Amino acid sequence: MSAGKNLHPGINIGHVDPGAHRAAEPVIFGFWVFLMSDLVIFALLLATYAAMSVHGIAGGPTPAQVADLPSAAIETGLLLLSSFTMSLATVALKYRPGRAHLRRWLAVTAVLGLAFVGMEAWDFAKLAGQGAVPQRSGFLSAHFTLLGTHALHVSAGLVWMAVLAFQLGRTELEDLVRLRIMRLALFWHLLDVVWIAILTFVFLFGAVG
Amino acid sequence: MISGLSYWIFGRLEWSDLLIKSNAIATGASCMVVIVAIAIVALLTWTGRWGWLWREWLTSLDHKRIGIMYIVISFIMMARAIAEAMVMRTQQAMAAGGGTDLVGAEHFGQLFTTHGTVMIFFVAMPFLSGLINYLLPLQIGARDLSFPFMNAVGLALTWAGAVLIMVSLTVGDFSTGGWSAYPPFTELAFSPGEGVDYWIWSVTLTGIGTTLTGINFAVTIYKERCPGMHLMRMPLFCWTALCTAILIVFALPPLTVASSLLALDRYLDFHFFTNGSGGNMMNYANLFWLFGHPEVYILILPAFGVWSEVISTFSGKRLYGYRSLVLATMCIAVLSFTVWMHHFFTMGQSANVNAAFGFATMLIGIPTGVKVYDWILTMYRGRIRFSAPMLFAITFLFSFVVGGLSGILLSNAPTDFAMHNSLFLVAHFHNMLIPGTLFGFIAGYMYWFPKAFGFRLDERWGRIAWGLWTAGFFAAFAPLYSLGLMGAMRRTSQTYDPAYEPFLYVALVGAALLFAGFVALVVQLVVSTRHRDRLAVPIGDPWDGRALEWFTPSPPPEWNFARLPQVECIDAFAREKREGDPYAPQDGDYADIEMPRNTGLPTLIGMAGIACAFGLVWHIWWMAIVGFVAMWGFLVARSFESRTTRTIPAATVREANEAWLSRARMARAVPREIEFTAANTGRAEPLA
Repeated sequence: MSAGKNLHPGINIGHVDPGAHRAAEPVIFGFWVFLMSDLVIFALLLATYAAMSVHGIAGGPTPAQVADLPSAAIETGLLLLSSFTMSLATVALKYRPGRAHLRRWLAVTAVLGLAFVGMEAWDFAKLAGQGAVPQRSGFLSAHFTLLGTHALHVSAGLVWMAVLAFQLGRTELEDLVRLRIMRLALFWHLLDVVWIAILTFVFLFGAVG
Repeated sequence: MISGLSYWIFGRLEWSDLLIKSNAIATGASCMVVIVAIAIVALLTWTGRWGWLWREWLTSLDHKRIGIMYIVISFIMMARAIAEAMVMRTQQAMAAGGGTDLVGAEHFGQLFTTHGTVMIFFVAMPFLSGLINYLLPLQIGARDLSFPFMNAVGLALTWAGAVLIMVSLTVGDFSTGGWSAYPPFTELAFSPGEGVDYWIWSVTLTGIGTTLTGINFAVTIYKERCPGMHLMRMPLFCWTALCTAILIVFALPPLTVASSLLALDRYLDFHFFTNGSGGNMMNYANLFWLFGHPEVYILILPAFGVWSEVISTFSGKRLYGYRSLVLATMCIAVLSFTVWMHHFFTMGQSANVNAAFGFATMLIGIPTGVKVYDWILTMYRGRIRFSAPMLFAITFLFSFVVGGLSGILLSNAPTDFAMHNSLFLVAHFHNMLIPGTLFGFIAGYMYWFPKAFGFRLDERWGRIAWGLWTAGFFAAFAPLYSLGLMGAMRRTSQTYDPAYEPFLYVALVGAALLFAGFVALVVQLVVSTRHRDRLAVPIGDPWDGRALEWFTPSPPPEWNFARLPQVECIDAFAREKREGDPYAPQDGDYADIEMPRNTGLPTLIGMAGIACAFGLVWHIWWMAIVGFVAMWGFLVARSFESRTTRTIPAATVREANEAWLSRARMARAVPREIEFTAANTGRAEPLA
């Protein structure tokens, strides 16, 4: 019993019910495949950014003028912390009876995610105030699109969290919700990975250049 | 200017955008769409079939029904795209003779754009999605795809894109920018109308649908194979489906990115691909062909799978060189991502880059050659039956080699400089896509039709169709090689060299023959349906098939297999027929089977997608927002459904299965010589 308890990486679906485990497999694996597909989108936006941040300035602001390191540092902190709290939520789902801990950590994650999106919006507004709008140059178009796509993903994760919070108490959705939380966590961590790439290419390289 | 209120309600849409077009041909096509749509609605109402359509088809999550619907979309759109090809060929032939124009240059631009867009995205793609959808679970011994709901959503987004492109025939104009929609021409500065927006949203909708479908296929193959079905025991069609699925997962996102960035340029005045302000139109070429080149292998690999099944069955032999075919398929899939730049050899990259991509391109000839030899060696010393699908296969083997060699020519960058954008290129890619892809899909349709509907297609009309398609293909495209070498450029409505004229007339005759070939397919379907009692093959194995799908009744029950099969080798069913007794009574227990419950949500998502896209095209913002929110709303609604499956009791399964087995035992095992006669009720006498 205790050996079987940790069979499934992340969450025990119906504890040690092998049927439920088997049914969960394609769902999680399929989500991984989706994430790989989604990652291609970010890879291409990064590649586009890489080309445009050199050749697409068009006399406008340069990456160095756009990269706001203190802001990026705070955003990175918020997002990494939210990934940590998301992990605590999945751990709570696995080990804690009842829903209180899970709800709490999901709520903290959501607040951190919301703060991240808010910070980014504030960044965007600040840039727009300096005339650095996406319409200004190809480079700025790429900058706003790359960060905007990431922010849209984070926002989608927030909506997803809201829906799940609503579904948490419904016993008939029990197994489905467990699986969804696991996928949401994968999604959320992947956005962290993507953010690290953005931090490196957009902010750190930008500040150096 | 449009008045304020009208803009808020109707966006840029005006009465003058509806129905009436620049010339008689376009107006005729526009009216035809409306008439056909009204006729379909009237027919459904008159025969009281709305409920049936909704309950049996539009809400179904059965992979077999979804597969059939995909192929229906494909045939409808093929009729349109072939008609457009006819008009284009007529225009060129008429204009070359110094005659009058049939259509204007602007309309001609729309014709080649929609022809290409429709043929790729709404004929070939739905056809392959349909075939894979139908066959994949049956061939790997599964009950369904991994994600039935997502499958239905993929279908819905595909028909949403198709509907949008049909609407463009009646409401406003389509893009004139070619199927690849290159900027800067497709930017606002040069194409201010709604045409490019129609292209963007129809392609984006179907592209997202296809991505979902690709994920579904890949996961299904990895996770749902029946006991004993190792990867190296899968039928080759499943292997090509797997490689296609992987290509889709990685190659469709670049299309989504390319079309989305173009949309940002057009809608929000961004500068990704504009002239000036730092825009870089070459990046569009990169993004587009990073999708576009793997796309041609997405199109052709499933056809290779069909050829492998058809050739081995109708040669009465196991596939020669199964392992090498698998390996070649994987090589092609990998190489397909290494050659995209050959699509713009002439656009200014360095000679070294061109050389590297030319070399990579030529490499693809090697695994493809392996395949051709394997198919020929499968036929060698086989007992070949010249059925219609097999005839298509033989045409394919000849003509595909010609097309492949012309591709090797083009992969030399210096040669490409001489021939790019000429009709030589048009001849080359039609030479790959018609015998390679389309003939493959038609052969697959004829080969598996009895599986899906329980009766064979009329063989005589099948052969007539083959003759017309083959003759039409050579007549239509062989002259284009010559024309290209003579300097005739693609996408021109008029040419002025009188030397072109005879070639253009031959090409026109070819186009007419191809159209006749399509009509022959329709006639075949009608004739066969009328004689379906005489052609019935309910037992399910009319051709002495080799893979698991033939070990089911035709049409198969919703649950495919009463008990999931257990296989020990390649071509398990062929061996079982030879050495065992596949139709023996199956003792032991039957279990309850869970199947997905019907739901209308995918159809609603598709309708919301159309509303969103139509709103975006015409700047009807409220409609776009409502459509967008509704799409996601329906998806969230789905997440609240807990009872997504229903149980089919074991007794029902047992009754159906035992009834089929006893019918099969009583049926006469028909030798191959008379497989096209009424004696064939679907139980083949296995070849020794």
